[in-house]
Amino acid sequence: MASSPYFPLAVLFLAALGFGLAPLGLAWLWARVFSPAKPNAIKNAIYECGLESQGDAWMQFRSAYYLYAIIFLIFDVEAVFLLPFAVAFTGLDAAACAAMLFFVLMLIEGLAWAWAKGVLTWA
Amino acid sequence: MVEENLKIELGKQGVFVTTIEELYNWGRRSSVWPMQFGLACCAIEMIATTMARYDLARFGAEVFRPSPRQADLMIISGTVTKKMAPQVVRLYNQMAEPKYVIAMGACAISGGPFKQGYNVLKGIDRYIPVDVHIPGCPPRPEALLQAFLTLQKKIDGQHLTGEGRPRHLDAEAQGEFPVPHQGEHDLEPTSNKGVWTVPVVIR
Repeated sequence: MASSPYFPLAVLFLAALGFGLAPLGLAWLWARVFSPAKPNAIKNAIYECGLESQGDAWMQFRSAYYLYAIIFLIFDVEAVFLLPFAVAFTGLDAAACAAMLFFVLMLIEGLAWAWAKGVLTWA
Repeated sequence: MVEENLKIELGKQGVFVTTIEELYNWGRRSSVWPMQFGLACCAIEMIATTMARYDLARFGAEVFRPSPRQADLMIISGTVTKKMAPQVVRLYNQMAEPKYVIAMGACAISGGPFKQGYNVLKGIDRYIPVDVHIPGCPPRPEALLQAFLTLQKKIDGQHLTGEGRPRHLDAEAQGEFPVPHQGEHDLEPTSNKGVWTVPVVIR
């Protein structure tokens, strides 16, 4: 076995592994044996930004937020798709143009709907 | 124990002698990670200290952690208002042991120019144990480096057993520091009796 050309490699691998694991093991041992844990309610709190957590995370959001989602789609996602569309415009065939127009028209319909509903009027 | 002189002599001959305590303290002082938060203008100086010109990374403290669980050092960089004090104390509580505090600047150590004001805490050492105070308004980055080196020296000088051992090795040492709350006129309690004694005013 010692005559194998890979034997030194195996030894080095074990040494490298020991080099990594030994400090971790020592740290764990030290924490277990010497370092007394001092847990308390404040330390174990789940929230760590300095404030106390209030209420429950499992809350329901107002369904009216869907308006924001629609406006976001119209103005943000549309811009994301419009830019590559404009860049590749001269090289597109009729079908791709029609698909893109359909997409834009759908979003415009959403805009018209939101406009009619008065969402765009800031109070 | 190896004598200091013998150790130096051995070191000259290429023999390195150490103790567990030295090794442990070397590890502790060489990787003090501060917590990433700033309270006021001192924070700007603290940020400058971490940047390339002053380079806190030379001392192993460049890793500012955004979570108290991973931080060792709390740098109180600026004015602690009474509104902010409970949050600071709660964050200190949430830090894992061993933990250290540097009170940076006149406001953090005494209230500074706002000492006579109604809404500023007159020194964060009223609630949490401070290891190093640095005066200045604000202290220059060199002063913060000096404070950091002082803290490293303090860590280096600690024995792991017996009286005066680091708090995290002492099972009896205080683990929870009461978080003050907003009372009718002031924070309640106005100070932590365990870490700060109310000075007697002699008239």
